[in-house]
Amino acid sequence: MTAPLLEIENLCISYFVRAGEIPAVVDFSLRMDAGESVGLVGESGCGKSTVAMAIMQYMGSNGGIVGGSIRFKGRELGDLSKSELRRIRGAEIAMIYQEPMAALNPSLTIGDQLVEVPMVHDGVSRGEASDRAIRLLADVKLPDPERVMDAYPHQISGGQQQRVVIAMALLSKPSLLLLDEPTTALDVTVEAGIVNLIAEISKKYGTAQLYISHNMGLILETCERVSVMYSGEVVEDGLAMDVFNRPRHPYTRGLFGCIPLPSCDKNARPLTPIRGQLPLPHERPQGCNFAPRCDYVREGLCDAGMIPLEATGEDGHDVRCVRWQDVSVENLEQTANIREPMDVGEEMLRVADLQKHYPVHDRSIAAMISGGGVRWVKANEALDFQARARETVAIVGESGCGKSTFAKVLMGLETATSGELDLDGKDIANTAVRDRSPAQLGSLQMVFQNPNETLNPSHTVGAQIERVIRKFGVESDRSKIRDKVMDLLDIVKLPADFYRRRPRQLSGGQKQRVGIARAFAGNPKVVVADEPISALDVSVAAAVTELLMDIQRDHGTTLLFISHDISTVRYLADRVVVMYLGRIMEQGTTDQVFAPPYHPYTEALLSAVPIADPNTEKREIVLEGNVPSALDPPKGCPFASRCQRKIGSLCDDQPPPQRQVAADHVIACHIELDDLREVEPVFRAVPKAAAE
Amino acid sequence: MTDLAKTMRPAGTAGVAFMRGLRSFALLRESGAGMVGVGLISFWVIIAILTPLIAPFDPNATLQPFAKPGTAYAQGGTFWLGTDQLGRDILSRIMWGSRTVLFYAPVATASAYLVGILMGLAAGYYRGRADTVLSFVANVILSFPVLVLYILVITTIGASGINIVIAITFASAPGIMRIVRGLVLDLRNRDYVAAAQTRGESSWYIMLVEILPNARGPLIVDACLRLGYVIITIGVLGFLGLGLPPPDPDWGGMINEARPLALAFPYMTVFPCIAISSLILGFNMLADGLREISLRD
Repeated sequence: MTAPLLEIENLCISYFVRAGEIPAVVDFSLRMDAGESVGLVGESGCGKSTVAMAIMQYMGSNGGIVGGSIRFKGRELGDLSKSELRRIRGAEIAMIYQEPMAALNPSLTIGDQLVEVPMVHDGVSRGEASDRAIRLLADVKLPDPERVMDAYPHQISGGQQQRVVIAMALLSKPSLLLLDEPTTALDVTVEAGIVNLIAEISKKYGTAQLYISHNMGLILETCERVSVMYSGEVVEDGLAMDVFNRPRHPYTRGLFGCIPLPSCDKNARPLTPIRGQLPLPHERPQGCNFAPRCDYVREGLCDAGMIPLEATGEDGHDVRCVRWQDVSVENLEQTANIREPMDVGEEMLRVADLQKHYPVHDRSIAAMISGGGVRWVKANEALDFQARARETVAIVGESGCGKSTFAKVLMGLETATSGELDLDGKDIANTAVRDRSPAQLGSLQMVFQNPNETLNPSHTVGAQIERVIRKFGVESDRSKIRDKVMDLLDIVKLPADFYRRRPRQLSGGQKQRVGIARAFAGNPKVVVADEPISALDVSVAAAVTELLMDIQRDHGTTLLFISHDISTVRYLADRVVVMYLGRIMEQGTTDQVFAPPYHPYTEALLSAVPIADPNTEKREIVLEGNVPSALDPPKGCPFASRCQRKIGSLCDDQPPPQRQVAADHVIACHIELDDLREVEPVFRAVPKAAAE
Repeated sequence: MTDLAKTMRPAGTAGVAFMRGLRSFALLRESGAGMVGVGLISFWVIIAILTPLIAPFDPNATLQPFAKPGTAYAQGGTFWLGTDQLGRDILSRIMWGSRTVLFYAPVATASAYLVGILMGLAAGYYRGRADTVLSFVANVILSFPVLVLYILVITTIGASGINIVIAITFASAPGIMRIVRGLVLDLRNRDYVAAAQTRGESSWYIMLVEILPNARGPLIVDACLRLGYVIITIGVLGFLGLGLPPPDPDWGGMINEARPLALAFPYMTVFPCIAISSLILGFNMLADGLREISLRD
């Protein structure tokens, strides 16, 4: 048996802060062979990035390895001197971070940063180094590598930056690549390309990869083995197929219940969020860290003491649970609330031919002479759709597609350039928020994306909700206002003493709940939710999603759900509007949009999303290139420059026709409907046995 | 504005504010520099309060010229810090002078802040033309050498306590405005501001209730530093003869009067200088301490 590439045994890492020692990672073991890909999956704060930092021996001044060993190619990393470590870092172990822009130096050209790697590690000449860099840039499929070498990081797109970072990491031919959320900051269609690239390149160079991600789907698609972490411990590890097909630990099982898989349905098979929240590192319970949130917990057993990883008998499949054998058989009753489908009411919101253009002033002398001083960013172009009472309409698209601009116009934070926006029969397209009547303001409220910005850090939770109630005149009596706030806190499942708390004492999910309570405090008719869960962890996101749907149902509100996350959209929306570069590419009911005929963009988007379900097979479509600039969109179909089904110059020159598929289903594409109908579905369920 | 006063209330009652102040102080105790600052400032505040009771002599009485520090006075008492050329007790003058500084410096700083914050809020929140005009005015004022500006203002409107406040406000407000404007430009893009806008709140409500409280951290630190500068300024104005009209004791004025004799009788200038520096040092170290704790959480 050959020595493994990386062997971590019983690693314990702690941070030392004023309050004392905080254990970040406890009893962590991992074995990686050359060329293998292993996933480390868990929610934020579970210690997965700390492990990566420990492998690199990059612990901050207040962190330290307090036990266990990390051996790389048989050598104990902790025993190496600083100069030996420097040789290993970058040359043998390379790391790729989440934010490509933070990994690149903005004041040096990409070429300068790339040639440094072989010059330092291999001591080659500048010319030789530059040749290698160009070769590798071609390998990571960057068009025109010579031009990229001379560019500064800000001159290329985020996806291209991440490709450069990958090239930089691979330049010295490392044998281990640590990837810390490498694609989280990227759009899904770009992510799909990067994921493929990493797999391909690693194969070519024989690099082992340690993938760190919160995205279960991504891990399933990229890794052979996986370790699931919770609160500083590995709770389950094994072959990806085993763990995904037969999760043993209640936490892993819980996680799968939180992911909107294609098999979920908001009415018949809703998500089952994990209750409670991640314990703070210094407040971890005795025994099993997951016990307070676990449905299978047994007093005296789960809280007795440290629980070791136990083998399940399957190849390398371990689980840290004293009751895993009972858990596998004991099928708890579905506690999720099964809902009745809701019937939609009359039209609430009508968007007709809505346009929003932003002027961009070019104040250069050349522009003044040629008269081209103002250019227009066409953020929204010819938007046309309706939303009815009690309906959930999702607007889905990648960054820069204009979905947030639309939200701003709808809320009155911006006014439309042209077109109509009828709310309950009144046109508000050109009524800025300060000119709207209190009734109009009250009937249209918003849930924001960033939990850290949605609440004012200076005011208490109670005061912020009270203000809405008072402002919209729901109640005017002081004690009644207070009662109403308490009701709302109860509806969003927060304890009453949150009334006096300040936002910084709340977790992300709790802040988002307060944001939802605030949006519904004025009894709105339409609520716009702009990426309300995209900043939250999987288990928290599931709970917030369910909550949002329940409260919408109880209030009979129209929900406009703006998101880039097509899995969540499929789960909760009644109707879907797919946007690209300011235009609607396809719209229809959720079932219509997610089944052929697809718009080629919808098809690519569906294919790009990693699915955490080994029983679903999907057709792979990887889009080339980047989203064009909204300043200079293609003349014809906006998607023409990246379309995998482009039929010729017609797509470049002529705007696509609106093809009516069914009563509500419209596709904007040059391809004949009959041809689009021929397209195979992106997803195909495979029987359980065949999946293995 | 009455509506505004009503709406400000949710920001917290006096009791809550007091508890929060107490908590910040508890945090500050962990910063060594901050505690030295608090000590120095408290020392001078206590002196200023107790001066009428503990000052050994009348600050303006001419008793015995050119007495060295420690000289005993024939009619009882000791000139611990000596007397000046007119025979006035330096210790008593420094003690009485602390009252002047500790009254006018905070008042002038608060006044400068009031003007600067309002200008900065308006410029940062409305942007566009309001910002252009306000920033232009600020830049014009800031482009003047500060000292020339003070001399210009004071010689125009005359030397008196209130005019010192006006001069300092005039010269400091533009700098404060720039800080506030920068903070507001960032804070106005927060989602909670958008939430307030979509609730139909008035602009002044958003500026004062939603934005300003969140800018307080950097502003409190800056206010401490600025208090130090204002003390220097008051000293400089006194030194130039533009401070409080004589014979009232004034630290800057004392240094100025003793200046021709500084080589022969150094104690006449050194003690007022120490007084000024220690108070300024106190405010600067407090600012450091506050910055330290504000970075912590």
